[in-house]
Amino acid sequence: MSAASRRPALVAGAIITLALAAVALVSLLWTPYPVAVMNIAARLQGPSAAHWLGTDQFGRDVLSMLMAGSRTSFAVGFVAVGIGLTIGAALGLLAATRGGLIDEAVMRLADFTFAFPAVLSAIMITAWLGPGAVNAVIAIGIFNIPVFARLARGSALQVLSREFILAARAAGKGTTRIVVEHVLPNIAGILVVQGTIQFALAILAEAGLAYLGLGTQPPNPSWGKMLNEAQTFLHRSAWLAIFPGAAIAIAVLGFNLLGDGLRDLIDPRLRRQR
Amino acid sequence: MTPLIRALAALCLMLVPLTAHAQKDSVVIGQTLEPPTLDPTAGPAQAIREVTYLNIYEGLLRVDRDGKLQPLLAESWTISPDHLVYTFKLRRGVTFHDGSEFNAADVKFTFERAMAPDSTNAQKWIFAPIASIEAPDPATVTITLKQPAGNFLYGLAWGDAVIFGPEAVANNKTNPIGTGPYRFQRWNRGDRVELVRNDAYWGKVPAISRAAFRFIPDAQAQVSAIRSGDVDALSNLAAQEAAEPLKADSKLKVVVGNTEGETILAINNAKPPFNDVRVRRALAHAIDRKAVIDGAVSGFGTPIGSHFSPNHPAYVDLTGMYPYDPAKARALLREAGLGNGFNATLRLPPPPYARRSGEIVAALLAQVGVRVTIEPIEFAQWLDQVFRNKNYDLSIIAHTEPLDIGIYARDDYYFQYKKPEFKALMAKIDTTVDEAERNKLYGDAQRMLVEDSVNVFLFQLPKIGAWNANLTGMWENWPLPANPIAELSWRR
Amino acid sequence: MLSFTIRRLISLIVTLLAAALVVFVVLEILPGDPAAVMLGVQATPETLAAVRAEYGLDKPVPVRFVQWIAGLVTGDLGISYTYRVPVSTLILERLAVTVPLALIAIALSTAIAIPLGVFAAARHAQPADAGVMVFSQIGVAIPNFWFALLLVLLFSITLGWAPSGGFPGWASGAAALGALALPAISLALPQAAILARVTRSSVLDALGEDWVRTARAKGLTRAQTLRGHVLRNALIPVVTIMGLQFSFLLAGAIIIENVFYLPGLGRLVFQAINQRDLIVVRDIVVLLAGLVIVINFVVDLLYAVIDPRLRTRR
Repeated sequence: MSAASRRPALVAGAIITLALAAVALVSLLWTPYPVAVMNIAARLQGPSAAHWLGTDQFGRDVLSMLMAGSRTSFAVGFVAVGIGLTIGAALGLLAATRGGLIDEAVMRLADFTFAFPAVLSAIMITAWLGPGAVNAVIAIGIFNIPVFARLARGSALQVLSREFILAARAAGKGTTRIVVEHVLPNIAGILVVQGTIQFALAILAEAGLAYLGLGTQPPNPSWGKMLNEAQTFLHRSAWLAIFPGAAIAIAVLGFNLLGDGLRDLIDPRLRRQR
Repeated sequence: MTPLIRALAALCLMLVPLTAHAQKDSVVIGQTLEPPTLDPTAGPAQAIREVTYLNIYEGLLRVDRDGKLQPLLAESWTISPDHLVYTFKLRRGVTFHDGSEFNAADVKFTFERAMAPDSTNAQKWIFAPIASIEAPDPATVTITLKQPAGNFLYGLAWGDAVIFGPEAVANNKTNPIGTGPYRFQRWNRGDRVELVRNDAYWGKVPAISRAAFRFIPDAQAQVSAIRSGDVDALSNLAAQEAAEPLKADSKLKVVVGNTEGETILAINNAKPPFNDVRVRRALAHAIDRKAVIDGAVSGFGTPIGSHFSPNHPAYVDLTGMYPYDPAKARALLREAGLGNGFNATLRLPPPPYARRSGEIVAALLAQVGVRVTIEPIEFAQWLDQVFRNKNYDLSIIAHTEPLDIGIYARDDYYFQYKKPEFKALMAKIDTTVDEAERNKLYGDAQRMLVEDSVNVFLFQLPKIGAWNANLTGMWENWPLPANPIAELSWRR
Repeated sequence: MLSFTIRRLISLIVTLLAAALVVFVVLEILPGDPAAVMLGVQATPETLAAVRAEYGLDKPVPVRFVQWIAGLVTGDLGISYTYRVPVSTLILERLAVTVPLALIAIALSTAIAIPLGVFAAARHAQPADAGVMVFSQIGVAIPNFWFALLLVLLFSITLGWAPSGGFPGWASGAAALGALALPAISLALPQAAILARVTRSSVLDALGEDWVRTARAKGLTRAQTLRGHVLRNALIPVVTIMGLQFSFLLAGAIIIENVFYLPGLGRLVFQAINQRDLIVVRDIVVLLAGLVIVINFVVDLLYAVIDPRLRTRR
């Protein structure tokens, strides 16, 4: 059997995400039209040979904006997951190794964060810090912290109960050393899998915030913002709403598939269910 | 499963829109924003006036659809030769919706309440010239001014000066009681306000017996609501681009009119390099008004050259003062020592016209070397940072109050213009009672603002109305924001 | 058990108070003055002071916090700055839109997801199963607000079957349900995708249990086992997920309510943040957070009843 037929999710996910990454890289060097340049005379043109995906209300090329928008999505994903993963994993490991009050505090804090509806909290955070890609990413990142904290704590506790840890302890290794040498390598896989899934969620969340007018701001292109602007032109220029939404869906699909595929690879026991 | 399928089928049937009936005497008007309360004397929101002005409440005077002053609760008035004493003869036989009688004491009460230190009236300037108010008999009110006030009668026609009785004050925000041809009936928050005809009205009995104002913030939803007949009229479209699909519908009439809202690129005149008039003129030369109007409001919008409404008789067309000329703009910047351009931030409040204008303005300014960073902010933050703390370089907003050129004379105003000559000119206008003379002075004021290129004046916000072709009487322009139901009727 | 309950109850109250404090502090440091928003560009120092006095905004912060908490405890949510009506009235009016919307969305997603999930599990590792999984992946990936726009494009603009936004009020009967149709469908799709997956794996788990093998050994057909035994057991996790989804939907409807301009709780809180109607925001956020905290508390208690070992741990 070929790799593709054995692990269709992984292969499809890898292809989609790699293709998107390629588009993002290419857009750094080249787009069909300069992204920020307006041409009011050529506004709201439908897809044509000159503009494959049409033009927007300022006469900008939609394809070029979509290509550049992929950069925004990648940046948002990396930073939001980065914040959540580093802080969350650190807190989770701290809770797992120290136990007691610290454990209790970290877990209560995680529960506490979950109690607030994430969208609402993100809206409040952007109202406080002002709208913009950076603040939206911070808001999304904060809500990734408890996800990773719980996961890291749970997986670390499992690892810590294994026999080789006892052996390491007996050999006189300190907690920090045990965490770095034994726990981290064993939980890295599951964290990466979760990171991929959270990456997809972050793209979705940023698109939602941008759609509400709270995410990425002009002239930086963002798929969610393009959808926001497209809404009042829906009756005459539907393409403005169709393409950015499709881009979001494809990106999210790609990362979700990749995450599921990676999980199967790391933990074959779960394969049957997912 | 079967009940579920049945329920779904029922749901689908319900999606079929109800068709409008012929021969009706009710009307549903769609408007974009919901009023926060229904008391125009306790808040500036335009939506309050769109619902209540000339419908629920009436003042001593009113404006008509052409912006002209007309008597309303005051039948007539006389002005003393020194322009200090106004004597109003009140209409008799007028009752409030709660049955109590309207008389001179109500006028005295209303105006004194508006003047009080704890008043939250948004237009205190209307009442500022008043020295004292007397009610010698129930049908007469005498107002003595501190100094002559050229716009005193005009101010009394505003929604902020409508009359109500002392007993109604407490509940006016949610259960308004006025003297108007329509009574408040119900308010479904988030959806509509319903009014019914006031059968005890002192004037002519209106044709429409029941009216509803529906609040539809989304342009797309407005289009489908008027097409399906859910609303009979849209007083002002939420998005100008929605006019196009409506124009194609022969059952509808689409009317492009004007509001009193001047859209400006506001400049912080106190902050370098904008304190240099050459820089401000360069900005004016760098802006292509046509591109802004086409891109931001789909081409609907009258270009303006100064902070003054084209509807007003005193308007002077100054749009030719700084023609679009990027080369000239660059030359002016070089002259000001900014040959390499400079960085600036552009803070934008939420309305789409502001956000879109801002993107175009930023692109236009980039062409002359002004590197603009766009900072879209909430209205609350705009008020805090730009309006109150004057912490901004550039901003875009429409000033929607009629005849508000006087804001340039306010030292605390966020443009930070602070020019003594302009303040003297405005003071003179305020006390000039001869209309021709006042209009001439208004012309001078407009010229002074353009000469100093205080702000870049972009365009007058349009009022794009759409209504059933059989409905007559909707206002085409908004000299003041209003939808007087009593002036509407259905063509037979 | 009693001491466990008391300990958890104390923890519950502390968490609720902390939530209230966090919300209050965050909203206090939000830039933008409610009085300034009320008065707009016409504001003068005197009118600002008058509005602040009228709304009690001139009192010190701790006093306002204590007054607010005291109000919450006695069921008085305060008066909205913007609308000048009791916040409780406002919230109840909005819940009359949001709760039916969430219920319809859950009903729809359940009606789609459970048959699909069971169907996929019954045909495990066959093309039909793969098809359901693909549907689920796509359903999760599509942003619900984009799906909403596509529905508007098809059903409102092209076909003219449904309104593209707004809500005519329940007094209008059928039209009100019609106005909720597209929003409910947009909310239901991603929920259905998730629920279908959960159902499928839960049924697969149940099918793998020993007693299923026993039942099959007794001669029951696969379909009979599925109907008689597996479904009942498999639905427990599914119902748990649905419970979680409901509180998610109440808040998750924020974006969808904004797409369709529905006067629901989500739109109210979004507008209230923009208008700095802080008291409304505070009340709604605390109510939603309180709902989640209380649900967690009840779930904890139930688990403790089922599994006594949990009582000794946290």
